[in-house]
Amino acid sequence: MTRVFVPLDMAAKALGADRVVAAIAREAAARGADVEIVRNGSRGLLWLEPLVEVETPDGRTAYGNVKAADVASLFDADFLSGAKHSLSVGKVEDHPYWKRQNRITFKRCGIIDPLSLAEYEALGGGKGLARAFSLSPADCVAEVAKSGLRGRGGAGFPTGIKWKTVADTPADRRYVVVNADEGDSGTFADRMIMEGDPFALIEGMTICGYAVGASKGYVYLRSEYPQTAQVFGKAIEVLRAAGWLGKNVRGSDFAFDVELRIGAGAYVCGEETSLLESLEGKRGIVRAKPPFPAIAGLFDKPTVVNNVLSIATIPMIFEYGAQHYADCGVGRSRGTMPLQIAGNVKYGGLCEVDFGLTLGEIVNDIGGGAKTGRPVRAVQCGGPLGAYVPVKDFDMIFDYEAFTKRDALIGHGGLVVFDDTVDMLQMARFGMEFCAIESCGKCTPCRIGSTRGVETIDKIGAGQNVDANIALLEDLCQTMKWGSLCALGGFAPYPVLSALRHFPEDFRHRSLPAAAE
Amino acid sequence: MSGAAVAFDAARAQEIIDAHLGLEGPAMPILHAIQDEFGCVPEAVVPQIAEALNVSRAEMHGVVTFYHDFRREPAGRHVLKLCRAESCQSMGSERLHQEFLARHKLDWHHTSPDGALTVEAVYCLGLCAHSPSALFDGEPIGCVDSQRLDEIVSEAQRT
Repeated sequence: MTRVFVPLDMAAKALGADRVVAAIAREAAARGADVEIVRNGSRGLLWLEPLVEVETPDGRTAYGNVKAADVASLFDADFLSGAKHSLSVGKVEDHPYWKRQNRITFKRCGIIDPLSLAEYEALGGGKGLARAFSLSPADCVAEVAKSGLRGRGGAGFPTGIKWKTVADTPADRRYVVVNADEGDSGTFADRMIMEGDPFALIEGMTICGYAVGASKGYVYLRSEYPQTAQVFGKAIEVLRAAGWLGKNVRGSDFAFDVELRIGAGAYVCGEETSLLESLEGKRGIVRAKPPFPAIAGLFDKPTVVNNVLSIATIPMIFEYGAQHYADCGVGRSRGTMPLQIAGNVKYGGLCEVDFGLTLGEIVNDIGGGAKTGRPVRAVQCGGPLGAYVPVKDFDMIFDYEAFTKRDALIGHGGLVVFDDTVDMLQMARFGMEFCAIESCGKCTPCRIGSTRGVETIDKIGAGQNVDANIALLEDLCQTMKWGSLCALGGFAPYPVLSALRHFPEDFRHRSLPAAAE
Repeated sequence: MSGAAVAFDAARAQEIIDAHLGLEGPAMPILHAIQDEFGCVPEAVVPQIAEALNVSRAEMHGVVTFYHDFRREPAGRHVLKLCRAESCQSMGSERLHQEFLARHKLDWHHTSPDGALTVEAVYCLGLCAHSPSALFDGEPIGCVDSQRLDEIVSEAQRT
């Protein structure tokens, strides 16, 4: 029996992975070949999807960009023995894109069958929880603090401090809430880990529950990820059946359960207080802070709200020890960051590396520059609320503080590359348009300012009173930045202001043809 | 996703509502389940949910209308969601979409007159290494081009 791996990851499916699976099954039956098809997560070399791997005595060998139509020729070439073919990639472990990574959060993603508990345990699954159970809850919180882990959702708040606040707040009930409302364009790490290694997220939630004294965890997943919901829902069932969730987690007297909740297309619900409102069954309107959710969160109870990546990293922090994690990274940005390289880029994918690379290394060395082959002009870092960074700033170090210093945002680690055909006025306009569509409406600067921003940018585009309108737009951005409760209104000005500052020619040249008419 | 929805039935709606009342904060799961059953969240069900959750009709109306996903009327037989977010824009999605909508006389958040296809904008499907991307009846599609979009329209009209 030969094991053949074809990812169930949405990115692989989007390129026909399911048709490849059907073709392999059909061809194997016709040729009498004994094949077991395993649906693994994605390795993250997304430009090679669907990436089919075959298990050979010499390790797993890969074939990239496989289409259903290629399957017969793969059989002809005897790919089941790992033979060469025009689509051969070799071993993923030998690929330069893989070799430069330090896979901690994603160590199992793409390797195991995400719903096989045996394979999960074979690669260290459960060790983190076992070690956590050997410590007191307070020592677990201290371990997380020692690791230096900061919230991977975007704000970068120290996870250990958040947990300690929840643990120390007297209450009859506490909650663990995982924010899987991954709405930023250019990000897909939450989706990938929930499809490729869902048990890690659940194990991390369980450790969190034990550390802070919570017995219930919710995962709030965006509705745009229907297939993620299927895989993750099954993962919860598998762990319940195996006694990893329930009244006696792994035979202990600690009770913990996890429930999956689905959002309904509101970007603002990725903001933690808006998410909590939505979980409670209300409009996703942002709450004023304080009180912070760690003091009064879900149903007014102390609540840990953490991003998927933060929580999915927890088991590995306990398995390897906090120091191992803290030893990676630079400055106050400890550990690794799963970078998501996307947009107009040659080698798009997920690449988990220690903090500290320059933006240029990420975009050009790892990403290979623009997919179109044209020069790169800008990179948007951190989603629709993140700044556009020009090529002259590619020396910027990927680190929370270095980005903040230059008015940029790491956010959730997504990078969207644009080539020189991009019209930065249109991108600035879209930033405002998106804010207008997604504003929850609580704060006037965000609700109305974003619409006025679109109108003002349109006037600039039409060459009307360009200088005065640019001054007005900058002023509006300041009002939104300082007059909004949450990051939607508060950060929507970043892409606009960065476009204005770094690409003024896209805003000003327009007045010339208009004036000449 | 597509038009397998059944006509509204208050008794069936009540069953769905009751099945979720044991949950903490059951409103969103109820609304999703209602939409899965009836293809939308009909006006008539709003007071029914409000009553069950002991909130006002106005509050429940507010919840339903806050979220982009909840429809007030069923969609067409097929739903095409096109990603308009930045990553897809970096690969030319804006022009692709404009030309596609014009070519087939479609519009955002509208259903074609024959009831075959509803086109909706979404902001990121998490397929950003394969931009532009789309979701057709819940199935993801990467590296979308005009030919693929035309095939989708033909498929929607046929089935």
